[in-house]
Amino acid sequence: MGMSTQQIIFMVLSLVALVSALGVVLSKNPVTSVLCLIVTFFAIAGHYVMLNAQFLAVVHIIVYAGAIMVLFLYVMMLMNLNSEIEPQKRNWLKYAGAVSGGALLVVLVAALRDASVPALSESSVEIGLIHNLGKLLFTQYVVPFEVSSILFLSAMVGAVVIGKKD
Amino acid sequence: MTLLSIDWFFLIEKILLISGVLVLSLVVAMYSTWGERKVAAWIQDRLGPNRAGPMGLLQPLADGGKLFFKEEIIPTHSNRFLFILGPSIAMMVACMTSAVIPWADTMTIAGRQISLQVADVNIGILFIFGVVSMGVYGIMIGGWASNNKYSLLASVRAASQIISYELPMGLALIALLMLTGTLSLKEIVEQQRHDLWNVVYQPLGFFIFLICAFAECNRTPFDLPEAENELNGGYHLEYSSMKLGFFLFAEYINMFISSALMATMYFGGYAYPYMDKLGLSENMLALTGFLALFIKTLLFIFLFMWVRWTIPRFRYDQLMRLGWRVLIPLALANMLITGALVLFRHH
Repeated sequence: MGMSTQQIIFMVLSLVALVSALGVVLSKNPVTSVLCLIVTFFAIAGHYVMLNAQFLAVVHIIVYAGAIMVLFLYVMMLMNLNSEIEPQKRNWLKYAGAVSGGALLVVLVAALRDASVPALSESSVEIGLIHNLGKLLFTQYVVPFEVSSILFLSAMVGAVVIGKKD
Repeated sequence: MTLLSIDWFFLIEKILLISGVLVLSLVVAMYSTWGERKVAAWIQDRLGPNRAGPMGLLQPLADGGKLFFKEEIIPTHSNRFLFILGPSIAMMVACMTSAVIPWADTMTIAGRQISLQVADVNIGILFIFGVVSMGVYGIMIGGWASNNKYSLLASVRAASQIISYELPMGLALIALLMLTGTLSLKEIVEQQRHDLWNVVYQPLGFFIFLICAFAECNRTPFDLPEAENELNGGYHLEYSSMKLGFFLFAEYINMFISSALMATMYFGGYAYPYMDKLGLSENMLALTGFLALFIKTLLFIFLFMWVRWTIPRFRYDQLMRLGWRVLIPLALANMLITGALVLFRHH
């Protein structure tokens, strides 16, 4: 049974995404974690391209991998974190974390089990292209779009207020 | 089997084109190092390199050979993997942007239409923006992995500088996009071929983009990440041999690519005045178009060098003030005015 090129690319991308995501959680060194997370973002951007959503893919790279992760790395590099001098968390905290993480997984699985996730249909292959996305955002979804922009504005004002010297 | 249904000619054509573009970038970057020293010498009334070959033309080869044969040193307390990853990322990212630049119009060879652009994606400009935002990782990772306080300071500077100047760059590009209505670089060039160049409509936008390009390439007056008198050379302080060469070389490739970009977006790309009235054949048109783009690019590279040997380096607070308090408000105003004018023209 031959696999199509798309299936092979999907497999490779998923493998990269999973391995690097595991690297984020399992790595002892926080800088390695951040670098693994960047690789994960690239793999996810690859998935977006596979869904013909090139705009989303590039914006994902610019915003997450290009800006937010740079700031993460910036902070990590300055903090000089070290696994030897890092204070160990108490055991009960670790168990609590594992239990709540597991509970979240159960809730997510329960929520997604019955949800109909529409796969890429023939009529929606063009939806991720910038022209269609822009039209849709500024007609059908204009109210949520503007509301989220107000949210960003308030976050920016908040950052300026906190950052200002009194 | 779908795997075998690839258009092999298409694949070979693209591989040839990619190799050609890469070789071109590398050769131009190589001779930019020679050009830089010649321009510097000319501005400072010296002779410049003149020993290796006629007019010192073999100097870049001598420099490259020297870098290859130098001893490679990896500091003891550094992260070995990241130390090597840094210059590799810098070099790889520098080579990636050239994929979406249209080097010339289509050519017809043996009955096949060959587009002289590696990928005409409909998000060309955003692709460039994405790759540019990756460029900072090479410097950051290299500087941090060196385990040296000067390198770390330099990488912190580089990160904040590049993030700060990406914003006005993006805002300047938005104004250009409003005008052209497309993100594809090929279409932007085609529009300029039949109309005036974009710099006529976007003089302020071009100026902002130019300043940001200087900052993104870490060129003087924005070369704070490698300020030798305060940081001992900056992020590549611990590097030697070809890894140092990669960092230096990536800067020249970036300079070449951003020059080509500015020529493409604001100065007509491969289009030149009266090109459609000369009655040239399609292939000649593509060839002369490529020459036009190349000359424009070289002029921009010369501008980069001219500025480097004329203007002193900014202080760090001046750099931040220029970015946040001058360029961003200017770019916003430019965007607003352009938007208003585009709206006015449509009604």
